[in-house]
Amino acid sequence: MSELLRVEDLRVTFDIPRRGALPFAEPLHLRAVGGVDFTLNAGETLGIVGESGCGKSTLARALIRMVPGEGRVVWMGGDDLLAVSRRKMLSYRSEIQMIFQDPLAALNPRMTVGQIIAEPLRTHRPDLSSTEVKTRVKEMMDRVSLLPNQINRYPHEFSGGQCQRIGIARALIVEPKLIICDEPVSALDVSIQAQVINLLMRLQKELGLALIFIAHDLSVVRHISDRVMVLYLGRIMEIAEKHDLYANARHPYTQALMSAVPVPDPDIERTKDVIVLSGELPSPLDPPSGCVFRTRCPRAQALCAERDPVLEEKPSGRPGQRIACHFADET
Amino acid sequence: MPLLEIDDLSVSFDTPDGTVSAVRGVSMALEAGKTLAIVGESGSGKSQTAFAALGLLAKNGRATGSVRFEGEEILNAPLKALNKIRAEKIAMVFQDPMTSLNPYMRVSDQMSEVLMHHKGMGKKEAVAEAVRMLDAVHIPSARERIRLYPHEFSGGMRQRVMIAMALLCRPRLLIADEPTTALDVTVQAQIMSLFSELQSEFGMALLLITHDLGVVAGSCEDVVVMYGGRIMEKAPVDPLFADPVHPYTLGLLRAIPRVDKGSEELLTIPGAPPNMTNPPPGCPFRPRCAWGGDDCDAVVPPLDSVGPNRSRACIRPVETIREGIPADYEEALP
Repeated sequence: MSELLRVEDLRVTFDIPRRGALPFAEPLHLRAVGGVDFTLNAGETLGIVGESGCGKSTLARALIRMVPGEGRVVWMGGDDLLAVSRRKMLSYRSEIQMIFQDPLAALNPRMTVGQIIAEPLRTHRPDLSSTEVKTRVKEMMDRVSLLPNQINRYPHEFSGGQCQRIGIARALIVEPKLIICDEPVSALDVSIQAQVINLLMRLQKELGLALIFIAHDLSVVRHISDRVMVLYLGRIMEIAEKHDLYANARHPYTQALMSAVPVPDPDIERTKDVIVLSGELPSPLDPPSGCVFRTRCPRAQALCAERDPVLEEKPSGRPGQRIACHFADET
Repeated sequence: MPLLEIDDLSVSFDTPDGTVSAVRGVSMALEAGKTLAIVGESGSGKSQTAFAALGLLAKNGRATGSVRFEGEEILNAPLKALNKIRAEKIAMVFQDPMTSLNPYMRVSDQMSEVLMHHKGMGKKEAVAEAVRMLDAVHIPSARERIRLYPHEFSGGMRQRVMIAMALLCRPRLLIADEPTTALDVTVQAQIMSLFSELQSEFGMALLLITHDLGVVAGSCEDVVVMYGGRIMEKAPVDPLFADPVHPYTLGLLRAIPRVDKGSEELLTIPGAPPNMTNPPPGCPFRPRCAWGGDDCDAVVPPLDSVGPNRSRACIRPVETIREGIPADYEEALP
């Protein structure tokens, strides 16, 4: 499989002005994403999970420079997306498209469905004639199971699930290689959620797309992903093939997250052990020293406060499973 | 006698687009100290059922039928009588704790107000009681943090404040409307275990309104599944998950991915929920149902008993549903 994306030491820092300080005073630095490395192959789905505020959306946005990041994002073994000129970046944006969480908010209420889906084509492919654009829009609507007679309707006339289909059609129309899905199904009802997940998986197979699938729902991520990354306070805690991660989670945070997900089976729910994490996510303005998870970790020891654990393969993990924990091999 | 008894409750709203029938003839009962879940998707009428019972409907809403609490009729009761019951006997926790707390008031003032009004306590005594209740919901250093404003708490802590506030008068019934939907899973686990702890401590009944079948499986004794303003299936939690006998329940359970096992493809329920200004004439689930036929449009299926404490609203035989969803489900739909 060919490598599509290689991310090296990606960092995103926001400057927050100090309260009541003078304008030229040194601002506070909020490290939203701190040194993330991973690769993504063509046609592969990488799931990113973590609690709210862990930096999963910021990470995805930094890849396409919607927020400024540092480090390297190498596209298909060639250019570094963070270093190319703005003009060049525009051309890469047709290769990487995005789908957002709130399907209605992501669509311009004053444009018809036809105009919304055609807009990326008009930007990236000005050479196409308007008849050609229209044919492609209709083809794409058919692909995502929208009816051709809906082309002149406005977003408010559609349900949440249909709006998400419009968003997917808009992303796919420029034939991207990678789609970043930021919580694409969390605003949808259960019965509609399954429709959109199945649609995404079908389109991925047909078109050979790679997906970065961000979600807080570990069940959905398990269903759709090939590999899964677990983020906490802007750091990767664990990253592995789906089956390895769900069967053999080594990081205490991954284990706690998984045990907390309710399972729709009363027998399992009554007997399972939930690892209840005490406390809450620390402020990213003042992250703990050493391992960022240590303040809530049931296994934390003195070493965890001193040294930041390296994200690496461990003897107890499976090949390719990388864990950032000093004590991953214990228990 | 059940603690709460809802009988043939209907709720409708007058809107510029016509009358919306949000709840249509719903009956259920909850015994003291027990937990009942109402499960449904958005627009199924699950929240409006609870709102109507407590007299919290919007101005254009009308409720008919009967809601009895401890044997006393409370549906459309005068405000004065309702205010006595609300907070003192029945309390409610909402989905979004930020919009249900007053951002301008310190938590101490909001909480003590409840006790001063309903129990006639003095300010000092009320604040002391509020601190005790914040301790009971495990808010660390409650004595200091009660002086804070709601925005100074995190989402999970704010939901704990809401719960503490609801429990101040030791209600017999707590209604929780999607209490963990806005929270992360790890915090959700904390809050759900807090509920069961508080239930055994204070002996209150819990009416849990949710869309999450996983949450239901872990915390309830009985379940009511609603769709299109009607009850589809009513059952104790174990048989409901092990052996669903209504097409909608079956479809829902097959449509959710599970964290504990991998699945090849999710079953989808095609189509979308009905528009409640113009709902289908018979069974509301008929347009999306694998077993739907013209006879389903002719009558509203009655809620028939299919076992101990179990009932469902479907005219197809139970055995047919148990055979599973036909392979050509999506193609066979109109």
